[in-house]
Amino acid sequence: MKAEAKLGFVLLLTPLLLWLVLLIFIPHIDMFLVSLRERVGVGKYETSLANYLTFFREPLYLWTFLRTAVMSTVATAITLLIAFPVSYYIAKIAKGRMQSALFLLCLIPFYVSELVRTFGWMILLRETGLVSNLLQWSGLVDQPVEMLYNDAAIMVGLVYTSMLFMVVPLVTTLESLDDSVIEAGYDLGGNAFSVMREIVIPHAAPGIVSGCIVVFMLSLGNYLTPTMLGGKDSLWFTQLIYSQFIVRFNWELGAAFGFMLLFLSSVIVWGMLRLTGQTLEKTMG
Amino acid sequence: MTPDLECVDLIRRFGETTAVDNVSFEVPAGSFFSILGPSGCGKTTIMRMIAGFLDPTSGDIRIKGKSMAGVAPNKRPVNMVFQHLALFPMMNIADNIGYGLRRKGMARAEIARKVDEALERIGLPGIGKRKVDELSGGQKQRVAIARCMVMEPDVLLLDEPLGALDLKLREHMKIELKALQAAFDTTFVYITHDQSEALVMSDQIAVMNKGVFEQVGTARELYYRPESAFVAGFVGDSNRWRGRIERIEGGEMEMRTESGLSMRGALHGRQLSAGDTADIFVRPEAIRVARSETELASFDNRISGTVSSLLFNGAASRVLVQGGDGGEQIEVTLPQSGEYATLSKGDPVHIGWSGEQGNCFPAGAA
Amino acid sequence: MTPRTIKVSITALSVALIGFAQQAGADTLRLLTWGGYAPENVVEMFEKETGHTVEVTKSNNEEMIAKLRATGGGGFDLIQPSQDRIAGPQLEFGIYKPIDISKIDKSLFIPSMLDATMANTTVDGEVYGVPHVWGTSGLVVDTKKAADVKDYTDLCNADVAGKVSYRLKRPTLIGFAYAMGLDPFAAYGDEAAYTEIMNKVEAKLIECKPNVKTYWGGGDELMGLLRSGEVVASMAWDTGGWKLNADNPDITFVAPASGALGWIDTFALPAKGQADDAAYAWINFVMKPEVAALITEAAGNFTASKGADEFASAELKAQYQASFPPEAVDNIKWYPPVPAGLEAIEGGVLDRVQAAQ
Repeated sequence: MKAEAKLGFVLLLTPLLLWLVLLIFIPHIDMFLVSLRERVGVGKYETSLANYLTFFREPLYLWTFLRTAVMSTVATAITLLIAFPVSYYIAKIAKGRMQSALFLLCLIPFYVSELVRTFGWMILLRETGLVSNLLQWSGLVDQPVEMLYNDAAIMVGLVYTSMLFMVVPLVTTLESLDDSVIEAGYDLGGNAFSVMREIVIPHAAPGIVSGCIVVFMLSLGNYLTPTMLGGKDSLWFTQLIYSQFIVRFNWELGAAFGFMLLFLSSVIVWGMLRLTGQTLEKTMG
Repeated sequence: MTPDLECVDLIRRFGETTAVDNVSFEVPAGSFFSILGPSGCGKTTIMRMIAGFLDPTSGDIRIKGKSMAGVAPNKRPVNMVFQHLALFPMMNIADNIGYGLRRKGMARAEIARKVDEALERIGLPGIGKRKVDELSGGQKQRVAIARCMVMEPDVLLLDEPLGALDLKLREHMKIELKALQAAFDTTFVYITHDQSEALVMSDQIAVMNKGVFEQVGTARELYYRPESAFVAGFVGDSNRWRGRIERIEGGEMEMRTESGLSMRGALHGRQLSAGDTADIFVRPEAIRVARSETELASFDNRISGTVSSLLFNGAASRVLVQGGDGGEQIEVTLPQSGEYATLSKGDPVHIGWSGEQGNCFPAGAA
Repeated sequence: MTPRTIKVSITALSVALIGFAQQAGADTLRLLTWGGYAPENVVEMFEKETGHTVEVTKSNNEEMIAKLRATGGGGFDLIQPSQDRIAGPQLEFGIYKPIDISKIDKSLFIPSMLDATMANTTVDGEVYGVPHVWGTSGLVVDTKKAADVKDYTDLCNADVAGKVSYRLKRPTLIGFAYAMGLDPFAAYGDEAAYTEIMNKVEAKLIECKPNVKTYWGGGDELMGLLRSGEVVASMAWDTGGWKLNADNPDITFVAPASGALGWIDTFALPAKGQADDAAYAWINFVMKPEVAALITEAAGNFTASKGADEFASAELKAQYQASFPPEAVDNIKWYPPVPAGLEAIEGGVLDRVQAAQ
């Protein structure tokens, strides 16, 4: 009986372990080994930390990472600010069919690929695009305006792309907040602001944190949106990795960049968790 | 003296349905007022209107004589103990109790003192630093009341707060709630579907059905002198028979049930006349059981029969008696003073009750 | 687990993995190529004639090499990188296998182009590539709105500020170097000299950056920008210019004064290709003049097939002649093989230009 149970356990665990080992661990170990190689001649390599040193010595790479991290943080904050009222409305104010309909509306953009969504924004924002034409038609401006190819366009794209990943955890946590707890907050003299601050937000904290982590990581790792909407000024860390791997054939440096991204983003997430007094267990539980 | 709470011609409609239909009542200062009714009768709607979470369609709510129309929930001098208590899980006990005081802008030290005092009052000193989910059901209950009481409300609303507790604890909390009400000397408005909670604790009870108050009175009045068939059926248990009134003589009457049982009863001033179809309610505990017919000489209704079923339930044990001349089974409370401990199925028994104890209403009322 | 179960598991796993690897049969030709180089009608004709089936994957130079590098030269049976991308990667990564010239019908090729390509793709005495499609990159200009743009550096003129575009890739670096009077190809073998040239180009590109609307990434993106009029002059391939010319006669391809950059896309065999016979059959099939003309139709570029010109459309020929007067043809700068490691120098330049404010 005991042996059977053990066999069942092993069988259940095998797909997960295979997945983890074959698709996550082994490629990462291989990648790590690649990142430790230094090219010393045609087809000749030596083990060294040169690639990591390159990352720290070249201000361009550090600056790119910093810019990516700051922009992702801002995108996360904006996403939270927009998603919170939306989620609150869906979870607490809308009822029945309205609720599912609104939730579905948040979901619909994700039925099309990210590429198409980004193209959509390009059609809207470009110089000969919809918004520019509308502004000219209304007489607010007298010549075409270019709204693409700047940081604001990247921000718009990132926030749009990330919205759902913030709304879902927020709606889930907010729905678990008993209406009567909110009513109790009002009943005992609270106003909208204090109820929000002392009751709703503390309750939603795990959802806020997990939403923020997901959105931050997605933004940090986004490639398409910054490249397409940012144009000549887009400078995103993933682009550096891409160009090292694909354009420069410099897998060694690309792998080192990949690991720096993994490491630094983990540090940032850990720091944010510490700063807000949350733990990963609380967030995931 | 102005009553603490006064509702005048209160009406609340939800679309086509009228949840509260022209209800008026007054709750005197310092009393324990219950609204008792089955679920869906509109009692929660009344409570939410008093708390301010719902606006009445028409009518007025006055607290200490002041109309509450247009006053937001956080500005009303009422507080509410919610059905599932609604303690703030993100705060510790002291912060829960101090929440309302903080909102009032009271000084920190003052809040701490008041919180300690409240914890003392509810018999749980020193638990301020604990988390909500570390408390037992009864402790949470008391904290929820303390959280409201520190606000010194004119009226405390309680929305079936004992519903989630197990039976033993519920029995205990009934007594404790009554004691707390006396200690704080505050007006309590309590809503419940559990008649025993209402009967034990309340000074006044309103029985509510389908949006209207059927009767407002003390527990005894409701129990002994229900004013409607609904109250008679809802408050306490009853044998209920339908029949035709055969004779009326002064305050007395005689009726024959559909199965042919003849019985006497009192009119208690109700509008009934011979030939009417009527329902008569007789409580199982109003019926005496006896081994010999002579013991029942003082009763004007006497039936001899056999025990058809024994429903043993400790203090609330009953027997079902089948009358000798056919007809319905009659539910009778079995005294637990010992002499009937050996009674078993098929034994012959005699039962009798005073016509005074029966309540008779025109049929079709409920 | 007992040793036996471990053995069984390993065997099962290996069998499964081998199954994956062998999924593609020997007579399936897995072709990694550019868009338009294997049009459906040609694939159909080939399949009917030879019985082989063809799986086409579209890509670009960088991705082709990255893909082969990731698999050590496996996953495809025939690939079509540019001729300057064969010798370097072969030395560095060994991702190709030599071509058996005896299996190729040399009479189908334009001899000068075949010889040049074979010379450029020879490593250690073995030939690794034969030519297929060739073309140039230069400027696509709206002649009404940007008549003054005659060379790459003219893209930095003030009168076209905010209305020009180019790719942030190596052709731009090379093109600007030539337009600035430098000779980058001559410096290919000399890292120091090349670095110096690139530093000058970098300074120019950073200075020019405010003029640029955006760096285009894909052909469709550039088409959109030019068609909408948001961009009036850009670095681009000749075919792009000709395609736009068909819609709007004002826009056309201009061979820059300092010379267009000529490229030749080749046929090469991946090191672990499994269907060499099908690959040779494909090469000999598509180089037939009448088939090559179909490819020219689809891709817009001419091929190294001898005699295919006769089958090309008159319109394309006219556009070609308008863009390339005889002296411009002579002035085409053909890419020599990129020495391994050169990308690192260029990469640094491109990164710094991208980051410049």
